[in-house]
Amino acid sequence: MSATDTHSHGGNYINCEKGLWSWLTTIDHKRIAIMYFIAIMIFFLVGGLFAILLRLELLTPEPLFMTGDMYNRAMTLHGSIMVFMVIVPGVPALLGNFALPLMIGAKDVAFPKLNLASWYCLMVGAFVAILSLFWGGVDTGWTFYTPYSGRSADAVTMVVLGAFIMGFSSILTGLNFIVTIHKLRAPGMTMMRMPLFVWSLYATAIIQVIATPVLGITLLLLVFERVFGIGIFDASLGGDPVLFQHFFWFYSHPAVYIMIIPAMGIISEVIATFSQKTIFGYKAIAFSSLAISAISFLVWGHHMFVSGQSALAGSIFSVLTMLVGVPTAIKLFNWVSTMYRGRVKLDTPMLYAINFLALFTIGGLTGLFLAAFNIDVHLHDTYFVVAHFHYTMLGGALMGFFAGLFYWYPKMTGRMYNEFQGRVTAIMTFVGFNLTFIPQFIMGSQGMPRRYHTYDGMFAPYHLTSTIGSWIVAAGFIFAIYIMVRDMFKGEKCDAKNPWGATTLEWTVDTPPIHENFEEIPTVSGRPYEYR
Amino acid sequence: MSTAKVDRRVEHSHHFSSMEQEHEAGKQGVWLFMATEIMMFGGLFVGYFIYRFKFHDMYIAGGDSLDWTLGALNTLVLLFSSFTMAQAVTETMKGNNAKALKLVYFTTACALIFMVVKYFEYSAKIDHGLFPGFDMWNPDMEYIKSKIRDVALLNNVDPANLRLFFVLYFAMTGLHGIHIVIGVGLMIWLMKRLKNNEFSPKYYTAVEGVGLYWHIVDIIWIFLFPLMYLI
Repeated sequence: MSATDTHSHGGNYINCEKGLWSWLTTIDHKRIAIMYFIAIMIFFLVGGLFAILLRLELLTPEPLFMTGDMYNRAMTLHGSIMVFMVIVPGVPALLGNFALPLMIGAKDVAFPKLNLASWYCLMVGAFVAILSLFWGGVDTGWTFYTPYSGRSADAVTMVVLGAFIMGFSSILTGLNFIVTIHKLRAPGMTMMRMPLFVWSLYATAIIQVIATPVLGITLLLLVFERVFGIGIFDASLGGDPVLFQHFFWFYSHPAVYIMIIPAMGIISEVIATFSQKTIFGYKAIAFSSLAISAISFLVWGHHMFVSGQSALAGSIFSVLTMLVGVPTAIKLFNWVSTMYRGRVKLDTPMLYAINFLALFTIGGLTGLFLAAFNIDVHLHDTYFVVAHFHYTMLGGALMGFFAGLFYWYPKMTGRMYNEFQGRVTAIMTFVGFNLTFIPQFIMGSQGMPRRYHTYDGMFAPYHLTSTIGSWIVAAGFIFAIYIMVRDMFKGEKCDAKNPWGATTLEWTVDTPPIHENFEEIPTVSGRPYEYR
Repeated sequence: MSTAKVDRRVEHSHHFSSMEQEHEAGKQGVWLFMATEIMMFGGLFVGYFIYRFKFHDMYIAGGDSLDWTLGALNTLVLLFSSFTMAQAVTETMKGNNAKALKLVYFTTACALIFMVVKYFEYSAKIDHGLFPGFDMWNPDMEYIKSKIRDVALLNNVDPANLRLFFVLYFAMTGLHGIHIVIGVGLMIWLMKRLKNNEFSPKYYTAVEGVGLYWHIVDIIWIFLFPLMYLI
């Protein structure tokens, strides 16, 4: 037997080995999840700090404390950190790692060493990217559009290399999860008996494995462009800058579904559990995740309506993009139907899930406005777009992420967070979020362009409200993280295997789980969510 | 080599329930990895076709300036190495580690021949100043430019555009070459394990995985050769 078996008895996964080194070399998926938690929370605070600085600068129409260059750099870092280091790895790598093997009745993911390697890829990539700060910073925005990114500050090369390395983390995690889901399900756990979070991770992993390599080669070409001056994206050398946009969005549009689909999976779990009711439309929710990931590969052109695309191509992309609304709406209706006549308990995870439902609906519907070719020409590059993707990414993905963090918190830590304070954070983030971004919809529709550090006086009241809202939402998230970290050590001990009364397999094991998850691999005989 | 210590694996890793399950999982992992390889090279192939469509003459001229006999030689070498690799997998499945080891030696030798031929091809192109971005480093830029101009004028195409062919030529064959080098590394790893007689009909996942990897590297070349050298 392998060496790890010696730890399997006595204690749980947290205390079975001691010392920093045992954490840094662990191949236990639950410990790796904790390491992701620490890293991602630090990134989240750094990315959030830049967001607050940006909003502060926008408090007044005139420059307050930043120059245009500083603003561009802060904006780029905010975007790059939040996308590549927080939301993309957030749900799949952190919560997926913790919950996936437990939910399907496995002892670990299929390739535990590869799993650890993914964490190190993220760390190395993040280190290289953040190092660029000391190299003069990057001002291209997180999209690195050519030809500007081929010529601007030296640090671009580092950030792009960092994103390339972090891409491997994403690919390897996805690959690991697909194999785990196919090969390591407990006896009796058929595909149609998998919890919906597992289905969503599966749909996500497909995108990670297929789309991320395209980003990899694109970023590599951009590095060559900068180092060797190869000219593939440089019009003066015969290349085509728009080709970069095609390549980039071929990854980066599916990437937004890497961010949102797993959050949707969490919402399915949380809503079923806290409504104490069988999920409505299990198959519809499961297959709509796959439908979203399939359609996601065909819609990248909607980022390029004003990049010289033909009207025909624009119309086709426009229609395809609206198709995404169908599976998304199916999910939303099924969640609401699950809550209908359920015994709804408004605990913190459920409050975050309801935040998600409200905010993501707005985010999704405004997405349809932007998908309409002719309307997008008017709204392109305005605050309307900024508000739309924050409603989906912050209001959707991150609200789902926090719902999941609070939901699995007792299982992960063996302690209970302070419920009252948890609820306060959910309400604070909801109020602050809307205060921040509703004004952005309004001023965007009136023509306020994005990515400027100064603006016309007519937008001043909107920007003022938005900045005040950003303080509330920041306070809410900081408070939430504070509660989680504090109660990891000081929270009330939770020994109950199933504090929420949920029905999936992770709630049948000890709290916190033992090193190998299950004393004995369970045999599954029914579908998940059989509450009544 | 059969005297080396016998260290055959008979137990599966702790998180699997059988050797067979572990093997299946490993194999699926490699197949998925190959999908990522295809998508990564796919981006470059799309770039190739777009620029070929845009600058047709330049691609004809660029292709003509490559020596197709060397390309054909490399194609044969790689095809032969795929055969020896497939045989190595079969022999390992039969439990014949010693024979598999010899076949892996053959495969590695083919990979090295491939790289030597590539070395001669690359150095000829670099001598002609056709390596993209070369003009940035070389102090004698006028000389390099005149060389490019010669090649371009000879083929009656715009010198500024000719480099775009060589950008993709070097990017695609270079990335492929890196895969060959990684493959050699994997072969060395296999040699060590084959010498230790580690594989058996019950456990040969590593050999099969490297075999699959080697075939995908071969298949990519099968597409690169006609696109670059022939058409």
